[in-house]
Amino acid sequence: MELLVASAVGIMTAAGVYLVLRARTFPVVLGLALMTYAVNVFLFAMGRLTVNLPPVLTADAAGYTDPLPQALVLTAIVISFGMTAVVVVMALRAYLESDTDHVDLAPSEPVEKADRP
Amino acid sequence: MSLALIVLLPFLGALLPGLLIRSGRNACATATASVTVLALALLLVHTPAVLRGEVVQAGWDWLPGLGLNANFFLDGLGLLFAGLILGIGLLIIIYARFYLSEKDPMGLFYTYLLLFQGAMVGVVLSDNILLLLVFWELTSLSSFLLIGYWRHLPAGRQGARMALVVTGGGGLAMIAGMLLLGQMAGSYDLSVILERGEQIQASPLYLPTLLLILVGCFTKSAQFPFHFWLPHAMAAPTPVSAYLHSATMVKAGIFLLARLWPVLAGTDVWFYLVATTGLFTMVLAAGIALFKDDLKGLLAYSTVSHLGLVTFLFGLGSPMAAAAGVFHIINHATFKAALFMSAGIVDHETGTRHIPRLGGLMHLMPVTATLAMVAAASMAGIPPFNGFISKEMMLEQAAHTPWAGLPWLVPAAATLGAVFSVAYALRYAVHVFWGPPRADYPRRPHDPAAGFWLPPAVLVALVVIIGLFPEQTAGPLVRAAADAVTGGALPDLHLYLWHGLTPALGMSVVALLGGAALLWRYGDAWARWRAGPHPEAKTMYDAAMARLVAASQYIIHTLHNGALQRYLAVMLASAVVLGYAAFSGAAHLPGTRETLEIFPVAGVLWLLMAGGCWLAVAHHRQRLLAVVAVSVVGLMVSIGFLYLSAPDLALTQISVEVVTTVLMLLALYFLPKRTPEESSGARRVRDGVLAVLAGVGVGGLCWAVLTRDFSTISGYYLDQAVPGGGGANVVNVILVDFRGFDTFGEIIVLGIAALAIYALLEGALRGPAAAHLAAWKGDMPRAADRHPIMMVVATRVMLPLALLVGVYILLRGHNMPGGGFIAGLVVSIALIMQYMASGFQWAARRMAVDYDALIGLGVLVAGATGVAAMVGGYPFLTSAHDYVHLPWVGEVELASAMVFDVGVFLTVVGAVMLALAQVSRLGLVASHEPANEGPMDFDPSTPARTARRDPS
Repeated sequence: MELLVASAVGIMTAAGVYLVLRARTFPVVLGLALMTYAVNVFLFAMGRLTVNLPPVLTADAAGYTDPLPQALVLTAIVISFGMTAVVVVMALRAYLESDTDHVDLAPSEPVEKADRP
Repeated sequence: MSLALIVLLPFLGALLPGLLIRSGRNACATATASVTVLALALLLVHTPAVLRGEVVQAGWDWLPGLGLNANFFLDGLGLLFAGLILGIGLLIIIYARFYLSEKDPMGLFYTYLLLFQGAMVGVVLSDNILLLLVFWELTSLSSFLLIGYWRHLPAGRQGARMALVVTGGGGLAMIAGMLLLGQMAGSYDLSVILERGEQIQASPLYLPTLLLILVGCFTKSAQFPFHFWLPHAMAAPTPVSAYLHSATMVKAGIFLLARLWPVLAGTDVWFYLVATTGLFTMVLAAGIALFKDDLKGLLAYSTVSHLGLVTFLFGLGSPMAAAAGVFHIINHATFKAALFMSAGIVDHETGTRHIPRLGGLMHLMPVTATLAMVAAASMAGIPPFNGFISKEMMLEQAAHTPWAGLPWLVPAAATLGAVFSVAYALRYAVHVFWGPPRADYPRRPHDPAAGFWLPPAVLVALVVIIGLFPEQTAGPLVRAAADAVTGGALPDLHLYLWHGLTPALGMSVVALLGGAALLWRYGDAWARWRAGPHPEAKTMYDAAMARLVAASQYIIHTLHNGALQRYLAVMLASAVVLGYAAFSGAAHLPGTRETLEIFPVAGVLWLLMAGGCWLAVAHHRQRLLAVVAVSVVGLMVSIGFLYLSAPDLALTQISVEVVTTVLMLLALYFLPKRTPEESSGARRVRDGVLAVLAGVGVGGLCWAVLTRDFSTISGYYLDQAVPGGGGANVVNVILVDFRGFDTFGEIIVLGIAALAIYALLEGALRGPAAAHLAAWKGDMPRAADRHPIMMVVATRVMLPLALLVGVYILLRGHNMPGGGFIAGLVVSIALIMQYMASGFQWAARRMAVDYDALIGLGVLVAGATGVAAMVGGYPFLTSAHDYVHLPWVGEVELASAMVFDVGVFLTVVGAVMLALAQVSRLGLVASHEPANEGPMDFDPSTPARTARRDPS
C-alpha cells in the first residue's frame, strides 16, 4: 500500500512537472493542479497510512489515524482551489489582453489558430 | 540609557524639521538646533567621567543569536568624535539657516542633516561592530541624500552617486572585514575585540581582514586611490561640505582606524599599507590642491591631504604618533570647517568661488577675511595657531621614521607635503583676500549678517585658543582619546606650542619658506603643472562604471532573458540537485515500519490515477481531454482519501474537484482548445528527464517517510476533542477550534483570491481585453438546445435537496465528517448548476446575492466568534460548548465553534460563487446574444414562449 501511495505521489509530481514546463498557459495550469494533488497526498501521508480508522471519535473504535495532517490538508485543498482559480483567471486575462496564451506572451512562432468548426 | 538617547535623539528629531518648516525657517532651524543641543548636553553630562578615564556603557540584547546587540559605549575617542559631530553640527545648523535661500526646501535639508548626524553619532558610540556597520551604511545613505540635496544640479546628482558608489562599495568590504574580525575574536562586541589584539594578529585571517577593513576606511576617508569622490561631492551646498568633510563623514574611516588601532596596528603590513597610503595621499592631494581654482575644490583636496596626514600618523603604529593623529583630528575639524564656511560666505556674497575672479576682498568684507586668514594660517601650520602644533608633532614623528631602510624618504615626503600645504593655504588667503579690490565681482560683496559669520568665528576662536593654550584646553581630551586609541599604552603626553629647536621645527621652517616661494612664483608652477599629465579620475570612473553597467546588463540579459520556461526549468533542476545533494550526503537504511497489504481495489485506483496522468501528459494538446484526465486523477485522489481513513478529505477533494473542473471548462470556453506544437524534441526530452527525476525524488521521499515510524502530537487533539472542543470529528475540531486561527487566516486568503479574480476579470472589461471580447467569435459549435429541459428540471428539483444536504453537512461537521468547507462547496455546486442549466443571466437575476458581501460576512462572523471569546475573558477564538435539551429533538450539543464554521461556510460559498460568476459574466459579454427570458429554451407548459427567436 505504501508503495502505491508513494509511487502515485511520484507519478503525479512527474506529470505535473512536465506539464508546468510547457509553453502555453493552459497545460501549466493543469500541471499545477496535478502538483497540488501530489503535494496534498504527500502531506497527508506524513500521518502514515491507516485503513478504517477515521479520526471520528466513537465508543467502539479500535483506534484512530493521525487527525492533524488531515486538518492541515483539508485547508490546503481549499486553498489550492483558490490558487488554481487565480492562475486560471490570470491565464484567461493574459490571453484576452494579448491574444496569445504563450507563457512569455511572445510566442517564438506564429500562433496556430485553434480549430474552427 | 542616556547614551542610546544621544544616538536616538537626532533620528527622532529628524521628524521635526519637516513639520516645523510650516512655522517658518527660524522655527525650523531652532527646533533642529535644539535637538542637537540636547544631544550635546547629554554628552557633556558624561564628559567628566570619561575624562577621568572611565568608560560609560549602555546596551540591550537585540539579536543575541547573531551577536548583534544594541550596545553603546563612550570612551575618550567616542567623546572626542561625538563632541565634534554634535558641536560642529550645531554650528552648521545655524550657518545653514543663513546660507540656504528661500527656494531651497529647508525642512528637507535639516531632516537629512539630523539623519546623518544620528548615523555618525551611532558609528562613534557603537560597542557592537555589527551595530556599527548598520550606522556606517546609514552614513553612506544619508550623505548621499545630503550631497545630492540640490537635485536639480546634474553635478550634485552625479557627485552624490559617485560618493555612494565608492563609500557604499567600501562599506561592503567593511562588512566582510568586520564579520571576519568578529569571527576571530569570538565576539562582535568592540570592548571584547579590543582586548584580543594578539590573538587576532596571530590569526591567518588577519591579513584579509585588515585589507577588507582598510578598503572600507580608505574609501570613506578618501585615501588614494579612492580619493576622487570627495572633490566631486563639493557640488553639495557648502554647509554640507563643511560638515561632511571637516568633522564627520570622511573622518569615519579615520575613526575606525583609530578605534581598531589596538587590534590591527603595530604590524609591518599595517605600517606599509596605512602609513604609505596616508603619506602618498597627503603629498599628492596637497599638490593638486595648490592648482585648484575652485575655492571648494582647493579645500576638498586639502581635506584629502589632511586625512592622509592623519592616516599616516595612525599608520606609524607608535602611541605618540596616534596621539598626534588624535590631536590633528580636532585641529583639522576646527580650521577646515571654518574655512569651508568662509568659502561659503565668499561664494554667497560675491556670487563666485572661482579664485582667479576673486581678490582684494579684505577691504570689502574684513570680518570674513580675518576669520578665513586665521583659519588658513592654522591650516598652513603657522604658529601660534593649533594647526602648527599638530603638524609639528607629525613632522617630529616623520623625522624618525625609516621606510624600507631609507631614513630620508619619509621626512622628505612629509616636508614636501608641508610645502604644498603652506602654499595652498597661503594661496587661499592671498589670492582671495589680498590685493586691490576688483570692480568685476558678480555681486557687490560685503560682510554678511552676524548669524552667518558667527559659526566660523566660534571655530576660529577655538583655533586661536587651542593654539595658545593647547595643554589647558585640548590636553585632557586628547589624552583621554589617545588613551582609548592606544589601549593605555600612551606615554606621558603634554601639548606645547614651543617644542624647542627640534628637527621638526627645521622642517616647518623649510615648509614655510618653500611654500611662500612656491606661491611667489605661482605663475611658473602653474605652467609646469599645466604641462604635466592630468589623469582625470572622473573620466576613468565613468568609463569603469559604464563597463560595469554593460557587463551586468550582459549578464542579466543572458540569465534573465524573459523565457519563463527556462527559469522554471532552472528552479526545478536546482531543487532536484539540492535534494540529491542532501540525499547523497548521508547513509540510508531501509525503513522498518510494517507496510499495509495492497488491496485489489487500491490497485485499480492506482491504475486509473496513473492512466489519468499519462493521458494528461500524452494528450495535453487536446485540452478538453486533458481537463477530463486531470479530474480523473482528482477523483482517484479523493477515493484514496476515503479509503485511507480520511472521510473529510475525500468529501472536500471531490467537491473541490467539481468546482475546479467547472472553472477550467469555463476558462477553456475562451482559451484555444488545442495547444500548438512548439517545443523541440530536445526540449521535451529535457523536460521529461526533469519530470522523471522530480517524480522519483518526491516519490522516493514519500516512500522513505512511509516506511519509517514516527511520533505524533495528535494524541492531545484526540484526547481533548470532546472535553475541550465539544466535537467528535477531530479533524473538524482541529480546524474550527484548536487551530481556528489558521482556518481564520485561510478563509481570508480564499476570500482575497476570489476578490483578485474579480479584479482581474473586471479589468478585462476595459482595454485591449475588452476589444477582444467585443470581437469575440465562438470557436466551438454551440448546442442548439442551450438550456435543455431535462437539466433545468433536474437541477431545479435538486436545489432544495442540495441546500438541505449542505446545511446538514455543515451542522453535523463537528461530530461527523463534514463542516463549513465541505458544506460551502456543496452549496456552491448546487447554485452553479442553476447557472449551467438556465444560463448566467437568467440565474443571476434570480439569485440577487452579493457574493463579495458574502465573503466579508463570512470573515466577520468567524472573527466575531473569536472576539466573543475575548469578551468572555478567553483568548481569541476559544470555543465554548454546552448541551441543550430541545423538545422533540432531545439532547443537542451546541459549540460556539459551529458559528465559526458558519463563517467558514459563508466565505467559501461567496468565494467560489464570485469566481465562477465573474468568469460567466465574461461569457455573457462575449456571446453577443440576448439573454433567454425563460428558464429553458423550450418550455412545454407555455408553448408560445420561447427564448430563442425563430430565425425564420
